[in-house]
Amino acid sequence: MSTPRELVSRALRAPDSLARLSLGDWDVLVRQARRAGLLARLHAVLVDQGRLDVIPAAARWHFEAAATLAARQQIAVRWEVEKIRDALVGLPFSPIVLKGGAYVIADLPAAAGRLFNDLDILVPRAQLPAVEAALMLAGWHPAPLSAYDQRYYRRWMHEIPPLQHVKRASVIDVHHAILPDTARHHPDSAKLAAASVAVAGVDGVRVLAPVDMILHSATHLFHDGELPHGLRDLSDLDRLLRHFADGTDFWPRLAARAIELDLARPLFYALRYVRHFFATPVAAEVDAALAPAAPSGAQLPLMDAIFLRALAPDHATAADAFTALARHAAFVRAHWLRMPPRLLLPHLFHKAFITPFERDPSTA
Amino acid sequence: MKLMQLSPAALRRQLAGSGVWLRTGPFSVRVRSRLPQVAQGLADLYGQFETRSPIEAFADFHVEINPPGLLRRWLRPQVNFSFDGERPFKPLPLDQAYPMLEWGLNWCVAMHAHHYLVIHAGVVEKNGFAAILPAPPGSGKSTLTAALALSGWRLLSDELTLIDRATGLIHPLPRPVSLKNASIPLIQSFAPDAFLTRAVHDTAKGSVAHLRPPRDSVRRQHEPARPGWVIFPKWQAGAATTLTPRSRAETFLYLAQNAFNYSHLGADGFRVGTALIDAVDCYDFTYSRLDEAIARFDRLAEERHVDAA
Repeated sequence: MSTPRELVSRALRAPDSLARLSLGDWDVLVRQARRAGLLARLHAVLVDQGRLDVIPAAARWHFEAAATLAARQQIAVRWEVEKIRDALVGLPFSPIVLKGGAYVIADLPAAAGRLFNDLDILVPRAQLPAVEAALMLAGWHPAPLSAYDQRYYRRWMHEIPPLQHVKRASVIDVHHAILPDTARHHPDSAKLAAASVAVAGVDGVRVLAPVDMILHSATHLFHDGELPHGLRDLSDLDRLLRHFADGTDFWPRLAARAIELDLARPLFYALRYVRHFFATPVAAEVDAALAPAAPSGAQLPLMDAIFLRALAPDHATAADAFTALARHAAFVRAHWLRMPPRLLLPHLFHKAFITPFERDPSTA
Repeated sequence: MKLMQLSPAALRRQLAGSGVWLRTGPFSVRVRSRLPQVAQGLADLYGQFETRSPIEAFADFHVEINPPGLLRRWLRPQVNFSFDGERPFKPLPLDQAYPMLEWGLNWCVAMHAHHYLVIHAGVVEKNGFAAILPAPPGSGKSTLTAALALSGWRLLSDELTLIDRATGLIHPLPRPVSLKNASIPLIQSFAPDAFLTRAVHDTAKGSVAHLRPPRDSVRRQHEPARPGWVIFPKWQAGAATTLTPRSRAETFLYLAQNAFNYSHLGADGFRVGTALIDAVDCYDFTYSRLDEAIARFDRLAEERHVDAA
C-alpha cells in the first residue's frame, strides 16, 4: 500500500493497484476521496478502465451516489452557463467560463466526475458594474459578507464577492483578472481574452485557449490559500495535460506562453506536483524552458515539504505532525503572493483576531 | 455480535477510543464519543443492533459527538457533531448530545445516500406492504409511526423513507423514533412497557425523547418492503377517524418537494417517484384516538392482503 497521503492519487493513476487494498484501506480511501471531492472522478476512471469490479460491495454505493451527484451537477452547470449567457446577452463581450464550468461545456476529460461548488467567469474589468447589475436582475445577489470582507474583495481582489441565485442557490464568482491587482505576477487579462475560443454547441460564451486554461488552473492552484480541493484541481491539470499534449507543438507553446504571461513559476510548480501525484508525462524541453523560473536550491525542498502535504486530501488519515503547519504555510504564502506586506499583515491580523468574533452577517 | 453483549465499561472505552461500529439498516456507522450520555443512549437504544470491531471494518459514516475546547466545558458546556472531521451544525448545549447524534445520523443519510430516493417521511410495514407517512412537523407523524410500530406494524423508519432506485422497494432504517413534546406522555401511556429515553428539554424541537425500536423491526432490518400506501396523517383534538382518498398528482408533488435528494437525481428522481405513486393508494388521514387510528390501518393492511392473495 502507498503512503496514506498518496492513497487517492495512486488510485486515480493506477486503478489496478486497488485490487490489493484491504477493506480497512477502502474505508480510508473513500473518506479521503470524498473530502478531496474526487469520489466521482475515481468512479469515472474505474468506469473508463472497466474496473468497477475492484470496488468491494460495502463501498460501492458511495461511488454510485457521488457519480449520480456529479452527473446531475454537469446538467446544472450547462443550464447555469446558459442562464448567465442569457443574463449578459446585451453586453458588448462574451463572458469566458473558467475552470470546472469550462471543462464541462467544452467536453474536456477534466469534466469526468467533476464536482462543483460554484461557477467562475471572467469579464472585462470595465464591464463589471454592468455585469453585476445584469446578474442581479437575473436573480444572482451578493451572498452576505462582513463589511471587512466586502471591502477586501472590492478593493484588492480580482473578483467581486460571490453572487448567489435567490431561487436555485447557484453561486457565481465573477473575475475581472486571474490574479489580484496586488499580486507579484501580472498576467494580462486582455491577452487571455484575445486568445479565448468559442465552444461548440454553446453560443455566446467562450473558454480559454488550451495553454491558457492550463496556466490559469496552475495559477489558481498555487495562489489559492486554502487548497480545500488542491488534489482535485491537480487531477484536473493532469487530465488537461494528457489531453492537450497530443498536439506536436503543445509543450513549447505552453512554456513560451507561461513566460509571456509572467506565470512560469506557477507552471513550474504545477508540473512538479502533477508529476509527483499523478505521474503525468511532461516533455523534457519544458523543464529546460522553465529552469530560470525555478525557485532557488534552498527554497525547493521547503516548497516540497509544504505542497506534498497541503495538496494531499485534507483528512486526518492523510496528515502527519507537520501537515497543519504546511497548510498554514501554504495559506500565508498564497496571500504573500497576492498582496504586498503592507496590506498582507493587517489582513492576516484581521482574519486571525477579528473575524472569529464577528457575528455571522446573515443573522446580523 | 450485538451491542448489548458489550459491557458498559467496554462500550464506553471503545466509544472513547477507536469508536463503536454499528449496522443500522443498509448503513454502517462508526461513532466516537467521550460523553457518558452518548454511551448510555447507545446502550439503551441500540442493544439489538449488530456491532463489530472497528479495526479493519468498513464504515459508511464516521461520526463523532464531543464537547468543543476546554474553556467551553466550564462556561455553558456545549457539544459538537462531526462527520469525519467536518462540522455541519453549530454546537448545541451539552445535554442535547444524544439527540444531536440521532439528528446527525439522519443528516449523513439524507446528504449522501443518493442510491436511494430519500423522502422525509415515517414508514411502517404490515403483510409486506409499507405505509409511507409524510407530513409537516407537528402533524403527529412520529406519534402515529411509534404507535403503529408498537402495535404489530414493523418500523421501517420514523424520518427517512429509502426508496431503492433500482427495485422501487423500501429499505428499512429502523433507528430509534424521535418523539416530541406531548407525544412523549402520549406514547408512554399508550405503551407503558415501551422503553423511552429521559426527555431532553429546550431543544429546537422542544422536548425530545427517543423510543427504542422494537426488537422484531431490528431483527428484520435487511428485509425490504413493497410500497403500499402514502398516507398524510393529521392529529386533531376530538376529530373522528377519517381516511379520504387524495390526488396522486398532488401527492407526487408533495413527495418530490419533501425528498431530500429528488433534485439531485435528475430524471431518475422523476422515474422513481412516478413508479412509487403508481404502486400506492394515497390518502389523507385525520384522527384523535390512537387505538382507532391503528384499527383503521390494520383494516387497510387486511384489504391489501386480500387483494394481493
